[in-house]
Amino acid sequence: MKLLEVNNLKTYFKTSKGMLKAVDDVSFDLEHGEALGLVGESGCGKTTSALSIARLLPKEGRIVGGQILLDGRDVIPAPESELRRRRWTDVSIIFQGAMNALNPVMTVGKQISEAIVLHEKASEADALRKTKDLLELVEIPSDRYKHYPHEFSGGMKQRAMIAMALACDPKLIIGDEPTTALDVMIQAQILNLLERLRRELSMGMILITHDLAILGETCDKIAVMYAGKIVETGSVKDIFEDARHPYTKRLIGCFPNVKGPKTVPAGIEGFPPNLLDPPSGCAFHPRCEFACDICIAQTPEPVNVGGKHIVACHLKEARQ
Amino acid sequence: MKDAREALVRVDGLKVHFEIREGFLSGLLSKEKKVVRAVDGVTFTIDRGEILSLVGESGSGKTTVGKAILQLVQPTEGAVVFEGAPVSQDREGLKAFRQNAQMVFQDPYQALNPRHYIIDIVAEPLDVAGLVKTSEEREQRVREALEQAGLTPADDYFYRYPYELSGGQRQRVVIAGALILGPRFIVADEPVSMLDASIRTGILKLMIHLRDTKGIAYLFITHDLSLAWLISDRIAIMYLGRVMEIGTADEIIKAGLHPYTQALMAIMPVPGQTREGERPVLEGETPNAAVEITGCKFSSRCPRATERCRQEQPELMEVAPGHSVACFPVQEEHRSSTEHIAGNE
Repeated sequence: MKLLEVNNLKTYFKTSKGMLKAVDDVSFDLEHGEALGLVGESGCGKTTSALSIARLLPKEGRIVGGQILLDGRDVIPAPESELRRRRWTDVSIIFQGAMNALNPVMTVGKQISEAIVLHEKASEADALRKTKDLLELVEIPSDRYKHYPHEFSGGMKQRAMIAMALACDPKLIIGDEPTTALDVMIQAQILNLLERLRRELSMGMILITHDLAILGETCDKIAVMYAGKIVETGSVKDIFEDARHPYTKRLIGCFPNVKGPKTVPAGIEGFPPNLLDPPSGCAFHPRCEFACDICIAQTPEPVNVGGKHIVACHLKEARQ
Repeated sequence: MKDAREALVRVDGLKVHFEIREGFLSGLLSKEKKVVRAVDGVTFTIDRGEILSLVGESGSGKTTVGKAILQLVQPTEGAVVFEGAPVSQDREGLKAFRQNAQMVFQDPYQALNPRHYIIDIVAEPLDVAGLVKTSEEREQRVREALEQAGLTPADDYFYRYPYELSGGQRQRVVIAGALILGPRFIVADEPVSMLDASIRTGILKLMIHLRDTKGIAYLFITHDLSLAWLISDRIAIMYLGRVMEIGTADEIIKAGLHPYTQALMAIMPVPGQTREGERPVLEGETPNAAVEITGCKFSSRCPRATERCRQEQPELMEVAPGHSVACFPVQEEHRSSTEHIAGNE
């Protein structure tokens, strides 16, 4: 059984200006111990997908269709009591700038053990023991459990947040831009840590990022999102060496590559669409140099182009 | 020494120290004031039409260098020389200097006053400097600046508010504001780090276009080494207020010699490249800039540090034309290899 299967997920937001289709018919899956990179520009729906899996959407957001099978059981119809149990033990999220989410007037150890006491009904003493183990796991000396967040550096705070996310041994961990606000050296340290934990604890991982460059060395497969839809999925090799969707190709080109030629890439003309009033057909068509009539008229269906490489594009070259 | 080869900007032994305000009592009791050595002896030059990138982690002092050049923070020591003359401190001198040197800030969401029309935001430097007399003239200057920044037709933007624009358009408005006085030098502090990848390249192309057509020189401040390589002619690597290595962009990326540069290169992600094993992360953390460090600032984390590195601070030494490194082990290697060559001849 797969760890996670997301089928035709639709998450819409009700706004004063109408319905915003933040996630619109998105499907992907994840095996135990596998890492998926979800990449796209701001507003493409990658964070909303993650929040849907943990059922942590703000009150304006509603899942209006699809299935999210986490360990075989759908989380969408689950009542809040079940969700509360499954968060932390089945899935936990590390948010962007998570180090700012620590409570400044509570010791770091207390904040971690609180989760263990609440979710595992453990005694204070057991929770403390586990907290110390968790801190060691994320390479923080365990005697620092009694320190306050301001006594930690930025990287240590982020590692403490990872320790907290691991408190109840989740099967799936979602990192929503977990290294974005950090310096490169600390980013490398956190990515090392996440990879080691994934290997040792055989957790599934979804890494959400706008930084395509880090995905090659961190993930097994990649899903590229644009305007609420996945436009292309495949292994790291599929995406970087055999990208089919024009958006994927152009996006890869936007990242400087010191192994490539020193020319500023073309970028992508225009800007991402307004999801309150998305373009007809393929949402990328106004920015796509190859767009033709069918792209304007019809939303492209995802097609398998070999192995697990799936692309949603009308172009003949993309589908072959 | 004013000659034709004088650089556009010369920074010489620049230091910026910030005093830390302590509690009243400890302030009375302690004799020495604590200082943060944000910039601690930085020297480099920028030629006309050149792009120099200043690369470093947060707290390395790269933004402070940019601000000190523009006199937005007071240098503690050292000189900033613009077109052969030291930047004047008095009001009139600064006013003239600011027409030639401008800054583009990181966050286009915060750099624009949300209550002002775009035309007033872009025209503000003109108004402050008192350079235009009629509103037609003012409009014309704003029109030119917006067009140069790639916002066309410019008149459509005059009476819009910042919230009506996308991030990329806002950053173009910021650039238009920097361009309106016709500067020869711009300090760009992480100008694209808040923008999406697909929007970034447009801003970078604009900056390069302005360099090519108007000869504007840039100090490009960034934490992203691969971006620095892409856009600049030369790169300076900073760590804790000092320049560790400076050279052409290609030389720094392909043949960086300083152990810190090499450490940054070793963890740099390259799109599409997979990695076997762990990333080689440096030991420890960047020391606090408020603690005085004798010797090389990088010595506490450096895999090659010797006793001398911990005692004495290395200065930049040229190891190849235009490529300088501040590192004793690298400098010694260079000396012995050149002596070796000399001995063979």
